[in-house]
Amino acid sequence: MQFQCDTTARTPIYRQLIDQVRRAVARGGLGPGDRLPSVRQLSRELVVNPNTIARAYAELEREGTVVTQQGRGVFVAQPRTELTKKVRRERLGEALDRLLVEAVHLGFTANELQAMMTDRLGQFSFVSEGNDSR
Amino acid sequence: MTDVIRTERLTKHYGDKRVVDCLNLRVEQGQVYGLLGRNGAGKSTTIKMLLGMVQPDSGNVTLLGESVDSLCPETRQRIAYIAEGHPLYNWMTVGQAVRFARSFYTQWNDTLLEQILDHFELSRRQKLRRLSHGQRAQVSLALAVAPEPELLILDDPTLGLDTVVRRDFLESLIQIIHRKGRTILFSSHILGDVERMADRIGILVDGVLRVDCPTDKFRESVKKLVLDFSGPAPEDFTCPGLVESWQVGSQLELVLVGYNEAQRQAVEALEPRNIEVVELNLEEAFIEYTRGRRRSLPLFASEPSHDQTVGDQGAA
Repeated sequence: MQFQCDTTARTPIYRQLIDQVRRAVARGGLGPGDRLPSVRQLSRELVVNPNTIARAYAELEREGTVVTQQGRGVFVAQPRTELTKKVRRERLGEALDRLLVEAVHLGFTANELQAMMTDRLGQFSFVSEGNDSR
Repeated sequence: MTDVIRTERLTKHYGDKRVVDCLNLRVEQGQVYGLLGRNGAGKSTTIKMLLGMVQPDSGNVTLLGESVDSLCPETRQRIAYIAEGHPLYNWMTVGQAVRFARSFYTQWNDTLLEQILDHFELSRRQKLRRLSHGQRAQVSLALAVAPEPELLILDDPTLGLDTVVRRDFLESLIQIIHRKGRTILFSSHILGDVERMADRIGILVDGVLRVDCPTDKFRESVKKLVLDFSGPAPEDFTCPGLVESWQVGSQLELVLVGYNEAQRQAVEALEPRNIEVVELNLEEAFIEYTRGRRRSLPLFASEPSHDQTVGDQGAA
């Protein structure tokens, strides 16, 4: 995947990198086991302080999106299963509520929102049905 | 962590003007420190005092654990400096400048120097006088890096470089950072570069170090609030951490540092109709923080129909 960094954006660089990895994973551009560029490599490529890259990777590792294998590199992790279905439902619910608030304030009808959602679903890679054990 | 740079109450006057005021600066080993400030804020004077090129009126500087007044030659060799504008002896060739610089050091990495000159496509036979400003910057970087210094101090190194040369220069700096343990202090006006390079920033305002914190922390702590009121906005709002306020009709804009609960309550007590919190990028945060009181823009030009006031002023 191609990383980018924009110093005119109001999002800090380490956040931009986190968002890009998360987005790539969600859209299937990156899958479990895929290797990310090393801190040094990405630092050189983006011309960004290596500590900034390391911070982004550390955060991604903390939330379980990537794993570091000593001496081998940084890899996209297996989808997280340590959270219970209940906790995951809660988190998604919160995110959905934020989306709904935004949609109401922007003056969309429920049908319009549903249509937009359906439209976009295809752009993301979801866990296949029946694969979700809990 | 050991401090590679440490100053205590460093102060300097030029005439009556206090250009550096009681500066306590610490840069840890391995850190990349961006020293920021508007023109005349005291950055260059600070850097020159760090290197012992300007004598402070009071206070002291410690580099790599030794007082800068009595650096032993061995320690001095572990420090490199790139001066503003990349001054070099114009009558020399690149090769002569290399030999000249090398004579000051016992440790000198010829391979590294060769790599950098090669990377920038510089030949040893070229006359420094004939080099472009960007090429001179590249030569001075090569000369500064060849002795493999532990501490590199750069005074506005990318000033006046075109975008491509600047990016090349920064790429080389990144490579230097990758060599473990290197400490870098640089001053700059290009905030995008600072955000890319610096772990930590210091902001000098009129000779005083007002900000000294991790780069992201600064940008996250400066917030702009836009308040909407039903009637005219209140005029003389103040609270701790208020950098500036700017009232236009029914809107009040506030720039706050270290946005917290107390400030939020103070702002809400004004009972505005709406509060919008605007995140800022590093450049915006820096501008808002260092601009000081904003005044109305003078009128430079205007439409003919509005010309009257300008004309009146002109006649007065």
